[in-house]
Amino acid sequence: MAEEKTELLDTSVPDETMIINMGPQHPSTHGVLRVRLKLDGERVVRAEPVIGYLHTGFEKTAENLTYQQCNTVTDRLDYLAPMTNNLAYVLAVEKLLKVEVPKRAQYIRVLFAELTRVASHLVWLGTHVMDLGAMSLFFYTMREREVILDLIEAASGVRMNPSYFRIGGLAYDLPDGFHEKVIAFINDFPRWMKAYRHLFDGNPLINERLHGIAFLTQEDALALSVVGPNLRATGLPVDLRKVEPYSSYEDFDFDVPTRTEGDAYARFWVRIDEMYESMKIIEQAIGKIEPKGEYTTSDRKISLPPRDEIYGNMEALIHQFKLVTQGFQVPPGEVYQGVEGPRGEMGFYIVSDGSSKPYRWRARTPSFYNLQSMPVMCKGGLVADVITAIGSIDIMLGDVDK
Amino acid sequence: MTLLLVVILVVKIILLISILMGGFAYTTLLERRLLGFMQLRLGPNRVGRWGLLQPLADGLKMAMKEDLMPAGADKFVFRMAPVFSLFAALSVDAVVPFGAPIHLFGTTISLDIANPSIGLLIAFAFSSLGIYGIVLGGWASQNKYSLLGGIRASAQMISYELAMGLSILGVLMLAHTANLEGIVLAQKQHGWFFIPEIIPFLIYYTTAMAETNRTPFDLPEAESELVAGYHTEYSGFRFAMFYIAEYINMIAVSGLAVTLFFGGWLGPAFLPPIVWFLLKVGVSMFVFIWVRATFPRFRYDKLMSFGWKFLVPVAFVYFLGTAAFVSGVL
Repeated sequence: MAEEKTELLDTSVPDETMIINMGPQHPSTHGVLRVRLKLDGERVVRAEPVIGYLHTGFEKTAENLTYQQCNTVTDRLDYLAPMTNNLAYVLAVEKLLKVEVPKRAQYIRVLFAELTRVASHLVWLGTHVMDLGAMSLFFYTMREREVILDLIEAASGVRMNPSYFRIGGLAYDLPDGFHEKVIAFINDFPRWMKAYRHLFDGNPLINERLHGIAFLTQEDALALSVVGPNLRATGLPVDLRKVEPYSSYEDFDFDVPTRTEGDAYARFWVRIDEMYESMKIIEQAIGKIEPKGEYTTSDRKISLPPRDEIYGNMEALIHQFKLVTQGFQVPPGEVYQGVEGPRGEMGFYIVSDGSSKPYRWRARTPSFYNLQSMPVMCKGGLVADVITAIGSIDIMLGDVDK
Repeated sequence: MTLLLVVILVVKIILLISILMGGFAYTTLLERRLLGFMQLRLGPNRVGRWGLLQPLADGLKMAMKEDLMPAGADKFVFRMAPVFSLFAALSVDAVVPFGAPIHLFGTTISLDIANPSIGLLIAFAFSSLGIYGIVLGGWASQNKYSLLGGIRASAQMISYELAMGLSILGVLMLAHTANLEGIVLAQKQHGWFFIPEIIPFLIYYTTAMAETNRTPFDLPEAESELVAGYHTEYSGFRFAMFYIAEYINMIAVSGLAVTLFFGGWLGPAFLPPIVWFLLKVGVSMFVFIWVRATFPRFRYDKLMSFGWKFLVPVAFVYFLGTAAFVSGVL
């Protein structure tokens, strides 16, 4: 890859600084992020993230797939939160189609979106604390994430890339005994969190590594389009679930945790508090969802007819054939739909030309925008603070590079 | 007679080195298994029963690896640095008495290689020397991460040596000797020194962790920040030497802690003295591993202010208090 010209690499004026290349193979750049650092001793003069090592061409790939098929592409963007990606995408297409999704399916979507948020935050907690040097918590949080993955697997059959939300509703109904499993998880969660908090609550070493580190002001955050917990940690209670409720979030009672410090410590606690809020939503959702019932729209032009209907009904057979071979046509127009993912606003902008494939499929991924704040956060800090900053932004390279 | 002494000395040296190497090998296994149990996993359990042959497999692997050297490295220093580290680590143990003197062939054999009257000072001198291996290795590697690791190591050592030195002065005054055997025997009379000297013991133990570059003071290595710090460019057996030095240093500082504060080989008579000594060292090693599983890393600048602004004054005040007590002022 040819090096682009940058101010950082300009060595025409000799000074005492050192340029160091962190990544793309580095233990704590969470995948393939590369950061060019200009150091004065251990102090960071300038930090420049270099991205693109995981570029996969998702947007173009999706434009060659039918609407229902591109759902599988969304799973792979932010692979720690596939359900929220699915949700943003299906809501966008449903908006174009003007299709009505049954209330029960909407609640199940909320349930899984929140489970995903907890799972994603658990991974963040483990890796962030591991970057600070404490290795054990990672293994504990992975154990608990496993329980959530089991729940996702029970419903969708897949652990990592479920594509469980389909345009018009869900892929399948919930399996037998699902409610009991979720309730068991709800009951276990506070006990686990209590155990984790023994490791970091009031731990002077952790507090020292987070307090006042990787500071971001509200003005900078807004100027750099920072979203999600990173923005809420600067004091703005912006949460799409409250601001522009989607998928019946207005039926749920929850708070939006905010902090005003704007440093790594604030971001840390915003996410921890968010996990508790998500558990509140999960508890309400599981109470609202009937064990069996409608899970997808009855519009047969969009969602596949059930099997027994196909065998006895000519029209159902034709629908099945058309949907599987061509997919459905979406009326021309353009739409944007954002949802509040674990890392912030996850949105899709889709332009339809009336065919069964999107004309333009654009993902507005939160990590890409959040990563922009990294140079601001790192400036003047130490090398150790760069690691804290990367961890506390909670970047996801699949999400950044697309 | 002198020939017998030479033979005994040579046998003791060979024995000590093999014990330390065996101790190192099984400490790595113990560490990996213990960390495994603390972290909901099993650790290595495939090679031999309970993974008991794992150290052998690791050693073989290390020995067979290609020995790489960066093109721009300072060849001589690069080769010498790990040797230096290992030498310093092994030398510390030479003065630590592993057990009560035993009577054999009509002579009294003390269970240490040398028993100089300033044993404690020699032990500390060698344990401080070890840091040079790290600094030089980091410097000679011609790698920016290694250089940062080396700089951190030297900064860390400066901030910690002083507090460490101050923390043991109380013991010296209570025992009226710097001879390590003499210190153990003094504890037979006065009781173990960790009782009057609990705060200096804690300071010593903290600084010992810094001395051995263990979490939470593993800044020169700092995997998540500096990739592998000073030994980023080392491979094969040269890397293994740094690794061995770290663990033997752990054994050495644990041995010193036991000797200075926990009565060395002293203990109820139902176990031989050497077993008591090794047991106490084992407990100390367990604490080292336990701390590693629990704590995050210090930040470079915070560590220095912790050393200078907290440990040194506290150690100094306690040292003055002990001095007043011993001289009868208090």
